[in-house]
Amino acid sequence: MNDDIKQGFEVKPLLEVRDLTKYFDVSKPWLTRILEKQPKQILKAVDGLSFEIGKGETFSLVGESGCGKSTIAKLVVGLQRPSNGEILFDGQDLNKAITSKDSNRIRRRWQMIFQDPFASLNPRWRVNDIISEPIRVFKLAKSKSEINDRVDKLLTQVGLSPADGNKFPHEFSGGQRQRISIARALSSEPEFLVCDEPTSALDVSVQAQILNLMKDLQRRLGLTYLFISHNLAVVYHVSDRIGVMYLGRLCEVATASDLFKNPQHPYTQLLLNTIPDMEMTGIKRDPVHGEVPNPIDPPSGCAFHPRCPLANDRCRKETPQLQKNAGSLIACHAVEEKRNV
Amino acid sequence: MSLLEVKNLRVEFPTRRGTLLAIDDISFSIEPGEVLGVVGESGAGKSLTGASIIGLLEPPGRIADGKITLEGERIDDLPYEKMRHVRGKKIGAIFQDPLTSLNPLYTVSKQLTETILVHMDMSQEQARKRAVELLDEVGIPAAETRIDSYPHEFSGGMRQRVVIALALCANPKLIVADEPTTALDVSIQAQIIAIIKRLCKEHKTAVMLITHDMGVIAETADRVAVMYAGRIVEIGEVRDIIKDAKHPYTKGLMGSIPVVGHDVEVLQQIDGSMPRLNEVPKGCAFNSRCPDAINKCFVDRPDLMQTDGLSTAACWLYSKEAVNE
Repeated sequence: MNDDIKQGFEVKPLLEVRDLTKYFDVSKPWLTRILEKQPKQILKAVDGLSFEIGKGETFSLVGESGCGKSTIAKLVVGLQRPSNGEILFDGQDLNKAITSKDSNRIRRRWQMIFQDPFASLNPRWRVNDIISEPIRVFKLAKSKSEINDRVDKLLTQVGLSPADGNKFPHEFSGGQRQRISIARALSSEPEFLVCDEPTSALDVSVQAQILNLMKDLQRRLGLTYLFISHNLAVVYHVSDRIGVMYLGRLCEVATASDLFKNPQHPYTQLLLNTIPDMEMTGIKRDPVHGEVPNPIDPPSGCAFHPRCPLANDRCRKETPQLQKNAGSLIACHAVEEKRNV
Repeated sequence: MSLLEVKNLRVEFPTRRGTLLAIDDISFSIEPGEVLGVVGESGAGKSLTGASIIGLLEPPGRIADGKITLEGERIDDLPYEKMRHVRGKKIGAIFQDPLTSLNPLYTVSKQLTETILVHMDMSQEQARKRAVELLDEVGIPAAETRIDSYPHEFSGGMRQRVVIALALCANPKLIVADEPTTALDVSIQAQIIAIIKRLCKEHKTAVMLITHDMGVIAETADRVAVMYAGRIVEIGEVRDIIKDAKHPYTKGLMGSIPVVGHDVEVLQQIDGSMPRLNEVPKGCAFNSRCPDAINKCFVDRPDLMQTDGLSTAACWLYSKEAVNE
């Protein structure tokens, strides 16, 4: 990663991702491939991504389905190994750290919250056991009573009552279950939470409760969030900085206010154009064209060029890199050449 | 005369532990060419309302009371075979997941022409021509060749277009669209909304748009009915409800939606969650979560009444006698 795409943190960032790639082999079985004389098929889910997240910050990734957002979440918590590139957590190489002998010391410092609270909690475990599992695994408490005390405190912290600990997950509504997953994530006292679409499965009034809770916890505990969502209004509400993804690459990284006030990449502009108009202003908007291409066979050059109004020959041949432009990072030839003005 | 009229509809589910009332005495009407949005949280009864209208209520669910009339004719008590001719001919349907509403074993052409032939007096060739026209109309490029593809050969957005074309086959008067954009990406959602809007203008088709997304309603609907625990709590013009909601639940709902450009540190939240069907409290179903509840709210159930604004809401706060009690 070259220096001018660093975002100028004064202190060392908590998480640094450098040229991260994750390829999946999606070829047909070996024999079929030989018989049909087909080459291997590689899906580039994440293709050379770099970003940084500072302490106490909320960094969001937005994009449409299949752009690689969730793959990044899994890479960053170590659930999947990258094909290439580095992830540095607090200066240490994440993938070396989690395979080392005392990996528990660093592993407990990050946790993840998943999208579907109906699938991410074990239906046969009581809430007490679900929440205390990280405490037991990382041996963070000395006695049973200490564990119980901590679980009670966590339940209160997320807005449930200590008595709820004896119940099973099915006795709770979606919003309450998401509170339980947050309590579980907090039980190892992490600094960094990866939230993969934490409110997409929830109703709006419950979504507001969870977003408020997450913001409140961040303030009180100094948490750092990597927030992944496809809902732009939610992302606007929670984020400090935002990365916009398209087919495994970042096309724009900017602060939340810059991105929404002055979107520069044509894809960001397209995305913002799709936000429903809640003010009922009745502005006529440009219709959106096209669809996300198949990631197995992405377009050449800039993957966005078939849908881009500004595309020219260079965009069809050369893949643009993230470059500094008016405080943001943009990967676009048109913006670089000022073709957009 | 209204195109569709729903009067005092009640839908119940008999279970071993007693009868659950999923839709409790709701009434509304849809005018020709109008888009009525129905919005509410999961379990509020919006999809069941749609299913009752198209006659696809799954047993043991049943219409216990009330009347549904389409162009003056009762359709809620029609025998199955007769209802089949209303469905498709007069009422079209679009569902959430376009992959499950198409048959994976037949080509798009087969599915479209079959529907056209059932409902319209046409020859095979005429039906195919009409199918191509319909696909063209919903924005499928190269409709002439794409019509012979199977559903799996289309992307999600294209599939939903095919479903819309299928709903339009017999020029229905009303389309019931149940979460038509929920399974789609945002950029595709915008395209589908634009198509639905254009089609109802051109064909004067009325649409009942069921969704949980207030943004979709704001973009598409003329009027909106807000549902809560099986009842309509507020109904009115979309603009009035978005700008000046009257029912405390609608107010809370509007405040809890994050909006781009509004910098708020804390979103307004409605504490608690919607009661389960077997735990709906006496009086107003919203009373335990309502910040403004008065005595009467815990005793009597409010019906829709005129508010001090332009919408009608089921809330005792707008009844002088109730407030003074």
